[in-house]
Amino acid sequence: MDVRYTDEQRALHQAARQVIDRLGLRAVADLADEKRAAALDEAVEISGWRELRAPDESGDPSASGIEVAIVAEELGRGLADVPFLGPTLAMELRRLARAPQAVVRETVGLRRNFAALAAPGESALAIDSCGAEAALLLAADGTLVSMGLYGQPGSIDLTRPTALIPNAEPVTVGSLREADHQRWTALALTITTADLVGSMRGALDLAVTYAGQRVQYGKRIGSFQAVAHLLADALVQIEGARAALLYAAWGVDALAPPDALAAAASAKAYAARGARLVCESCVQVHGGVGNTWECLAHVYLRRALLATDVLGGVGPNLARVLEHAGLGGRL
Amino acid sequence: MDFADSPEEARFRERLRAWLAENNPHLPASSTSDEYWEKQPAWHRSLYQAGFFGLSWSARYGGHDRPTVYDVIVDEELAAAHAPPRPNLGYLVQALLAHADDDIKERFLPDLISGQARWCQGFSEPDAGSDLASLRTRAVRDGDQFIVSGHKVWTSYSDVADWCLLLARTDPDTRGHQGLSAFAIPMDQAGITQRPLKMISGVAREFGEVTFDAAVVPVANMIGTPGDGWAVAMTILAHEREPQELGNASRYRKTVAQLRKLMRDHPDSYDAEQFRELAWAIVESDMLQHLVRRRLSERLDGLAHGADGSIDKLLMTRVEQTVGHAAVDIAKGTHDELGASMLATYLYSRAQSVMGGTAQIQKNIVAHRVLGLPKS
Repeated sequence: MDVRYTDEQRALHQAARQVIDRLGLRAVADLADEKRAAALDEAVEISGWRELRAPDESGDPSASGIEVAIVAEELGRGLADVPFLGPTLAMELRRLARAPQAVVRETVGLRRNFAALAAPGESALAIDSCGAEAALLLAADGTLVSMGLYGQPGSIDLTRPTALIPNAEPVTVGSLREADHQRWTALALTITTADLVGSMRGALDLAVTYAGQRVQYGKRIGSFQAVAHLLADALVQIEGARAALLYAAWGVDALAPPDALAAAASAKAYAARGARLVCESCVQVHGGVGNTWECLAHVYLRRALLATDVLGGVGPNLARVLEHAGLGGRL
Repeated sequence: MDFADSPEEARFRERLRAWLAENNPHLPASSTSDEYWEKQPAWHRSLYQAGFFGLSWSARYGGHDRPTVYDVIVDEELAAAHAPPRPNLGYLVQALLAHADDDIKERFLPDLISGQARWCQGFSEPDAGSDLASLRTRAVRDGDQFIVSGHKVWTSYSDVADWCLLLARTDPDTRGHQGLSAFAIPMDQAGITQRPLKMISGVAREFGEVTFDAAVVPVANMIGTPGDGWAVAMTILAHEREPQELGNASRYRKTVAQLRKLMRDHPDSYDAEQFRELAWAIVESDMLQHLVRRRLSERLDGLAHGADGSIDKLLMTRVEQTVGHAAVDIAKGTHDELGASMLATYLYSRAQSVMGGTAQIQKNIVAHRVLGLPKS
């Protein structure tokens, strides 16, 4: 038992942090800076972070859930407006199905409530669809199919667009067993949990900075206990979520699929509850400023809303936890 | 990063499991019954003699020089076997190791670790709770001893203690953090009286108040030097706040396992809200287990624990109170021994946001010392 990052994992964390500090969002206006977004996309591409779940010669992923979580957390902290979640999840689906690699950039197609992979024929949305030409869907019998995308209708998340999937002819790429589907769901919950932990950290940093500068009644507002305790509570939420996240990230590859799924569901429920509180506290501490479009607080909140919905937020994941405890179907 | 046991850790776990199968005294939960407190000394000595206590402490004083992760294996296995928890006195050991001279360490640590001597801790006073530094108990030098007068309260284990780690003012001309000193004072003397305090859970053996009326402590029993008292107290409180020091994560998981069994046996007796409470209790207690494993691993880097401990204390508090809410809401209706025990578990959980420094104080520490927010 040694729950510390390895030297390689530390180095990866450092590298991701540097990219984000240089090219992540610092203001809402940065969303329109296409040069910056292109540079960030290139940095992510060159680093190979979208290929962490590419299969090696024996079909194992080239990196574990821990590395995926390290990158996802930093991208969330910096509100990275480049694809990662979608392509990583698509690549993992192909790996688990032992299907050939995609020739175009792919993402995944989810049901309209984002709570599960969509089946061909049902109304579906492709998440994190920037630059993607196709999305993978999963039929009830485990058949994995690829479908083209249509337009870009935008998203609740200003950093990650969602695209419609027209009801066209699906192309079969492979098939998935139930255990593979559980393993994939564990990874999906882990990435979104890491994204939430990152967004919480970014939102807290923003609020702490503001509370250390904004003066009312002749004092910086961070010195008022009512404000200070909101922010202390936020940090506690984050540390708890990270503790659950690290176990889930390790479990993606190290635990049996039902246990990996339960660990990830537990972490996701914890982080989803915390992310809403922390991002809302960030808005609150900014006062009137926090309710204007120009303040980054709502960009964190919106990103957290999407990450929460992908494969389900609090309710569906508490249900998964109970299912694993032998008490399914009770929520 | 690896949460799994190494081969050596796995062998140790197996050995402990086999021992527990034969030696589990099956005491009631510490938070709910006086019987636990009556039999705890024997349990401590039994664990120690079998080589399962004091694993990460120095072999020189009766420990085993093992990495700290072995403590968490013990905590996990005790909980899994529904055995009583590991007696928690790590905070005293850590304070003596950090501040006492060799003479004190040699005289006191072996009996403390082996369970031969019981200790309590005399910090809080009726008018010095959160504001500990305002304490008024005095120790006045008289030749080769100090004469102690004052009143301590909320003193855990005072009724069984042989020794008290006492915080008293030795310099009457100072106020606040300065001029405080720490002592190991013998409890068995005419100048000391102690009275148990019954907690809201009904437990009467854990908690007491102690009056010192010209009690005597040798100068040689001072821990550190005159004026070191505040530093000793801070070391103790920092460790007392850490869930990995207390073994509480395993205690919570044990309660959750009991609640889960109750609901599995009669699933149709409960509504969705009660299932939701159980789910949160599982999520929270599992989170704490993962946190404890991480913190113990971080100690391999020799990380010092300071203000960050307040984050863990707040997390632990939330877990205990979430589990406490689940306990009372799920089991109180059973109207049997289990229901009574779960009610006591709930009531005891309210103390977690007070003991070792209130949640409000912990939030102040996190806000100003960890987040760096400006002070008022």
